[in-house]
Amino acid sequence: MHALLDNTWKVLRTAPPTALFGLLVIITILLAGLFAPWLAPYGETQVVGPPSLPVGDDEFFFGTDEIGRDMFSRIIYGARNTVGIAFLTTALAFSLGAVLGLLAAVKGRWVDQVLGRLVDILMAIPPLIFALLILTITGTSIMNMVLVIAVLDSTRVFRITRASAMNIGVMEFVEAARLRGEGLWWIIRHEILPNITAPLAAEFGLRFCFVFLFISALSFLGLGIQPPTADWGSMVRQSSNLLAFGQLNPLVPALCIALLTVSVNFVVDWFLYRTSGLKD
Amino acid sequence: MTAATDGHASEASEGDVLLRMRGLRIEGRADEEWLEIVHGIDLELHRGEVLGLIGESGAGKSTIGLAALGYARDGCRISGGEIWFDGVDLARISEGKRRALRGRRIAYVAQSAAAAFNPAHRLIDQCVEAPVRHGLLDREQAEREAIDLFRKLQLPNPETIGQRFPHQVSGGQLQRVMVAMAMAGRPDLIVFDEPTTALDVTTQIEVMAAVKKVVEAHGTAAIYVTHDLAVVAQMADRIIVLRNGHVVEQGDTRGILENPQEDYTRALVRVRELRKERMEADDTDVPVLEVANVTAAYGKDPVLVDVSMTVPKQRTVAVVGESGSGKSTTARVITGLLPPQKGSIRFHGNTLPSAYFKRTKDQLRQIQMIYQSPDTALNPKHSVRDVIGRPLTFYLGLRGRKREERVRELLSLIELDPDQFIDRRATELSGGQKQRVCIARALAADPQLVICDEVTSALDQLVGEEILRLLLRLQKEFGLSYLFITHDLATVRAIADHVVVMQHGEVVDSGTRDEIFTPPHHEYTELLLSSVPEMDPDWLDRLLAERGEEFRDRGI
Repeated sequence: MHALLDNTWKVLRTAPPTALFGLLVIITILLAGLFAPWLAPYGETQVVGPPSLPVGDDEFFFGTDEIGRDMFSRIIYGARNTVGIAFLTTALAFSLGAVLGLLAAVKGRWVDQVLGRLVDILMAIPPLIFALLILTITGTSIMNMVLVIAVLDSTRVFRITRASAMNIGVMEFVEAARLRGEGLWWIIRHEILPNITAPLAAEFGLRFCFVFLFISALSFLGLGIQPPTADWGSMVRQSSNLLAFGQLNPLVPALCIALLTVSVNFVVDWFLYRTSGLKD
Repeated sequence: MTAATDGHASEASEGDVLLRMRGLRIEGRADEEWLEIVHGIDLELHRGEVLGLIGESGAGKSTIGLAALGYARDGCRISGGEIWFDGVDLARISEGKRRALRGRRIAYVAQSAAAAFNPAHRLIDQCVEAPVRHGLLDREQAEREAIDLFRKLQLPNPETIGQRFPHQVSGGQLQRVMVAMAMAGRPDLIVFDEPTTALDVTTQIEVMAAVKKVVEAHGTAAIYVTHDLAVVAQMADRIIVLRNGHVVEQGDTRGILENPQEDYTRALVRVRELRKERMEADDTDVPVLEVANVTAAYGKDPVLVDVSMTVPKQRTVAVVGESGSGKSTTARVITGLLPPQKGSIRFHGNTLPSAYFKRTKDQLRQIQMIYQSPDTALNPKHSVRDVIGRPLTFYLGLRGRKREERVRELLSLIELDPDQFIDRRATELSGGQKQRVCIARALAADPQLVICDEVTSALDQLVGEEILRLLLRLQKEFGLSYLFITHDLATVRAIADHVVVMQHGEVVDSGTRDEIFTPPHHEYTELLLSSVPEMDPDWLDRLLAERGEEFRDRGI
């Protein structure tokens, strides 16, 4: 355990400032989400003051929304919902995409063809329109949304997993394992997966950003996370008309979205840089 | 050649020196630290002289070769010493001035021509670039010069070959085009970095002959970097033997070959003298492996046509041929990776299913494979214990302490200290050590037949020879049969009992080692045999004289 801490410290010390900044933001947001009920001064859906107070108000620093809920509290609760759901969706997309991608790469032939064409079809339809279509048909529950986005996003994960697994699959040590008579899952688990964790982990970070933005976009369009649940995307939408009156309220959740996206990308960049061997 | 024929090059006059390195030190960056890899080299090169730099990988020979251009690879830096080229110190002048010299007065020929050419441009465009960019010639003159050089380098269709793209010519031709590219600016010095290492023996000769001729004709000085003493013996007037960034020995070519002073040089000179004792013929047993009339194809292109061979018990059968002869494909058919269209594979008299996934565990266990490149044959994420232990668990059901003991036993067998190596990963081993681990992995399955696919060609000569010794010892101890695929006839001579010669997917000649190596030879066998460089500076000249004009017109 001590060695692990030591190692982490060593890695962190060599991290560039951008990555450190990214880590700091991510950790802050995670903590805010986890401890929301203790950190937030008011409840998530509690109406506490006059509606549409501007940013910089004495009592409600980030102002209040159009029905008088505290923006700051809702940002903190929003972290929990938005980030939590985005994480769940990305994890789901990854399990699905990675398993199918590995299968396609190792099995080849018709398995690869069938899965590949299916993915092509899904990718051919603009994802936002596709998601809107499905969600309009099935109704806008959080579960539906998570599933739809996970399936749509798993196509990208499928592609990158298949490509990197193919590169490893032609190596002689995989051939040696096949000739030994090893089963499919053994080869995937022991020979291929350990060698593609780096690109997959980097992809996870990027995917997370996209999913997160996608949910925000859906929420903004009214098909994502439904009121009164606090969520950064829908908060932008609900208070967007305040911009017309010169109030900055909608920019606060918008900034949070931007900040988290940029931070995750900083960390992913650093991770890619470390694992790709492009050190000098 | 001038300097060597004069006798001692070092006594030539001072003004004759083209390149002089003094106390050259080069550092490489590893794990956030600078480590010295070249430790103070002194070197002198006269106009028109060819200097051979020889040593195993990691000796610093390529690094020193590049330093002659005032260049250090990414992650390396010239940390000390002087590099005087015709009165300027390349280590001191600005990058701009160095660039003005490169391609015009100093040029470089890389090992892999295929990787050194830009695949998107025609050959001629890449050949004229340097002289045109340096303002030496205009485009038309440069093209004429290039075509002239193509002709001198005996490229087929010199007028039109420049219009082709790099992938449209063969490896040997591409290597010669790169020589033409380097010569285009009429440089005073060319650095050849292993220009023939990636080529077949017969192609190697074409390139060597062409290079030698054109370098002599233009009076260009050259540094010839290689790991093969027999090759450098043909090309160089003087040789410097390097090891771990130090000069081991230097002298003129004949002196080094005939009277080496240092142990290391002696080992290099003797490297091809390993011989296996002759085995008496015994045809009574059923052969371990029979390949009967196999025809196989990738898609529609036939790669093997009616190939037959047998591997007797406890014998080594060597399959030789140039790249594209189908020797590795034969191995793929035997292992079941490429099911044949016609013919069968019999193991101890029983026909094996043609696809590997239809074979039983025991059938798979009995045929093991060792690969050419140990770097890709070992999973970089696995430890030596995992690599060797897996077949033990998989085939023999060994677990826990028993397995651990057997892994250690196998490590001792391949002459690696178990305590030191069992926990290492493949990335923490040298090339020779990796190949040993691959051998142990094959051995762990307790096989009858081991297919060795070019197992020494990715290794340094001395290391390769140790691997061959190890394989011979293991054969004796465990009664293994080997199917040994190689393009290197020296290896064949060293270890084979039987030899099968392949060309264009067919078996053209076969027999016992003595039959193959004693005349009269089959025509193609003769060509292969005579193309293997010998440790004799006159070998190439003699061979070319023998082959005469017939050879010079060859090579399409």
